[in-house]
Amino acid sequence: MVSAADLRGLPRALHPGAWWAWALGLATIATRSHNPLVLGLVLAVAGYVVTVRRSDAPWARSFSVFLKLGLVVLTIRFVAQVVFGNPVGGTVLFTLPEVSLPNWAAGVRLGGAVTLQSVAAAFYEGLRLATLLACIGAANALANPRRLLSSLPAALYEVGLAVVVALSFAPSLVASVHRIRSARRLRGRPDRGVRSLLSVAMPVIEDALERSLALAGAMDSRGYGRRAEVPTGTRRLTAALTLLGLLGIAFGVYGVLDAGADVAVAVSALVVGVLAAVAGIALGGRRAVRTRYRPDPWALPEIVTAASGAAAATLAITSAALDPVAMMPPTDPLMIPTLPLLATAGVILALLPAWATPPPPTMLRARPGAQSKRMPVTGEPESQTVEVSA
Amino acid sequence: MIRFEDVSITYPGATNPVLHGVDLHVPEGELCLVVGRTGSGKTTLLRAVNGLVPHFTGGELTGRVTVAGRDTRTHPPRELADVVGVVGQDPRSQFVTDTVEEELAYGMESLGMPGDVMRRRVEEVLDLLGLAELRDRPLEQLSGGQRQRVAIGSVLTPDPRVLVLDEPTSALDPPAAEEILAALQRLVHDLGVTVLLSEHRLERVVQYADRVIYVPGTGGVVTGRPEVVLASTPVAPPVIELGRVASWSPLPMSVRDARRLAPLLRERLADRLPARTNGMRRAGADVVAVVDGASVQLGSLFALRDVDLAFHPGEIVAVMGRNGAGKSTLLRSLVGLHPLVTGSIEVSGSDPRGLSPKGLTRRVGLVPQEPADLLYAQTVGLECAAADADAEVDAGTCAALLARIAPELTPDLDPRDLSEGQRLGLVLAIVITADPPLLLLDEPTRGLDYRAKERLAEVLRLFAAQGTAVVMATHDVELVAEVASRTVVLADGEVVVDGPTAEVVVGSPIFAPQVAKVLAPQRWLTVSEVADALEVLP
Repeated sequence: MVSAADLRGLPRALHPGAWWAWALGLATIATRSHNPLVLGLVLAVAGYVVTVRRSDAPWARSFSVFLKLGLVVLTIRFVAQVVFGNPVGGTVLFTLPEVSLPNWAAGVRLGGAVTLQSVAAAFYEGLRLATLLACIGAANALANPRRLLSSLPAALYEVGLAVVVALSFAPSLVASVHRIRSARRLRGRPDRGVRSLLSVAMPVIEDALERSLALAGAMDSRGYGRRAEVPTGTRRLTAALTLLGLLGIAFGVYGVLDAGADVAVAVSALVVGVLAAVAGIALGGRRAVRTRYRPDPWALPEIVTAASGAAAATLAITSAALDPVAMMPPTDPLMIPTLPLLATAGVILALLPAWATPPPPTMLRARPGAQSKRMPVTGEPESQTVEVSA
Repeated sequence: MIRFEDVSITYPGATNPVLHGVDLHVPEGELCLVVGRTGSGKTTLLRAVNGLVPHFTGGELTGRVTVAGRDTRTHPPRELADVVGVVGQDPRSQFVTDTVEEELAYGMESLGMPGDVMRRRVEEVLDLLGLAELRDRPLEQLSGGQRQRVAIGSVLTPDPRVLVLDEPTSALDPPAAEEILAALQRLVHDLGVTVLLSEHRLERVVQYADRVIYVPGTGGVVTGRPEVVLASTPVAPPVIELGRVASWSPLPMSVRDARRLAPLLRERLADRLPARTNGMRRAGADVVAVVDGASVQLGSLFALRDVDLAFHPGEIVAVMGRNGAGKSTLLRSLVGLHPLVTGSIEVSGSDPRGLSPKGLTRRVGLVPQEPADLLYAQTVGLECAAADADAEVDAGTCAALLARIAPELTPDLDPRDLSEGQRLGLVLAIVITADPPLLLLDEPTRGLDYRAKERLAEVLRLFAAQGTAVVMATHDVELVAEVASRTVVLADGEVVVDGPTAEVVVGSPIFAPQVAKVLAPQRWLTVSEVADALEVLP
């Protein structure tokens, strides 16, 4: 008998790449459909998985922020349609007083009749954007963005590190602005207003520069930038492959987007480009001597998660090809949307990670004081508390 | 292990070399202490060990520096990362990642160590430095002492054979410093790591040192056993100065050594009483500032809880307590930088939060932990002129004060080129230009050598004698013994003790100065008190 814990493993953080693959799969559905039923289902699935699988880390709270942002987008779209939109269709819901604009603004309409069809279209579009935002938010809430950066291949490590360092610099920059502004007050100068903000700019920049230099020195002393000896031939091959890859991708993308180009040639250029770039990056990684401390494993739960995302996306694309009306229900004439079978199955597949992934590790010890406060509540024996503090 | 052969280092643009003709050998497994005044070249010497000087700073190095047989001329710092671990003065400036565990692993990742070794080393270092409970903590949430331990841990994980530390305990409270030094000693004794560290507070480290390198600042260095080198240097911890006053030979290096030699001295001192020169509260004097039931909340933490304190003209109050006890928060609240949750604070009769910046500086001056924050002009002269203008006092007031505090500072110097002690002097002069009746100092002795500390003590006594109330947050028990008339001990934001310094510190195992530990139960606090009583010159 295999228990659920055997399949999904002990509590641990899932590979951030798996969550992003899953979330992008869900987002693909939103790009292929504006059917509110499908979108609502996507939102529900994303929300449910986030609720059961997010940790209590700071970034895990970002989902609600993205949801609110989506709501704002939806509202703006809606209001814009009511106030400025051109009426489509004949079912007039109500009529706003129309403002007559001067001649030079011909074509812009303010107020007037608001039809059911145009309101529905605005709602569909707004919901679609909100759903896309929610998918990105779900990925953000489930995966530590910094760990994703540090899972980059070795050749791209330095780029990733630069971003990570910049991310940790941002809060310290804010802190130094605060520090220097309060120092201004200590010298008897105004600490409010635009001028005071401008005058702290120089010291803050100086501070940041000094800190970057100190950091660079410290990183160098800790072995940053060490290089393995690589034969010259390999180095040249790496450079050639990377260049070829970039050219291939550029040419291929142009060809795919340009309607006049030969699709077969463009696609093959794209494929060759991607292959060359991947090979270049893999070869480039040989120069890096770096290893990873406790890398996130890519195991069964990660495969299931990424695959469920991919399956959802594939089913949505197929569904859009087979049954465009169900995926993109027309607003004029307005039709009651129905659930397309394939896409619905895909969205439900994306619910799989809620069970198939290990639960996130609890971060009890990450919070100061949380341990001692929570111990008696969770019924841990007193002796253990003593051991921890001893 | 570390060898300097005829090394001279000249920075770009400088006319004189910082170090000149230095010959030095530190054998494997020694704990070697680098002492000297600020600006004498200690940091340069330390940074030359792993090649940061001159690979990173520029400048010219002649001669040869080798570490474990590797020449720093041909090996840049990154190629020495597996043999030398370097911890700089400010631990925050060396953090690359954002959590404790990742920071500990970073160096090993760069060196390409295998995963299972990394895992084991991280766990070992977590235990070695008592960081196990902090492993998932974001680095920015750590206190100063924890941060320093993480910084040391992060260079320890790749198992270097040499550890170079630039003032590792200067930001730490006494217990945290003891912990770091005990850990370093364990590394030296059990693992045979060679440790080279600089430190101003010799009283903390000298007993652990096998060898002392004295950098007098004239270019050369003096190397030898601690009791030999420190017998004649101008920098010496109180216990050695006490030994000089009492003419003990050999000089004691630790409180333990001194206590064994002390019975005779205690007998001589038995019928005398220390003449306390510290500023005293004058009878009937008014209050300069009142803290009445004040609580301050920072995030979810109550940094101050229901604190009642009053400060009077002419007294020097030391605020002590472990890192994170609320010392800085108290000082910052007195200048209105934190909103109060409960209670009130009044400085010269007004709430500091309601004051205009100009009104504030006339009532209270704060020298922050990083004095450099208060400086932004290009030269010392411009800085002084700006201070005069800000305080609306006669031109030249600040310059005159500066001439008394730090006479060697000429107006054309760039504030950024000053040593810690000189910078503190400049900021002190700027802050007192507005003549506030209450002067606050946050960790003023960080990075100060004994001479600079003595001068600070003199200046503070002078202000107190003129009727200024001085409040300083500090970990420096020797400075407290030297100048403070009253000591307040905080813990978790609450006042634990508030009383005359002699009463508070003599009985305390942590806050007692070395002289008090040697001469307990008698209540002597400083060498100069003992010297006065014995009528000898210290």
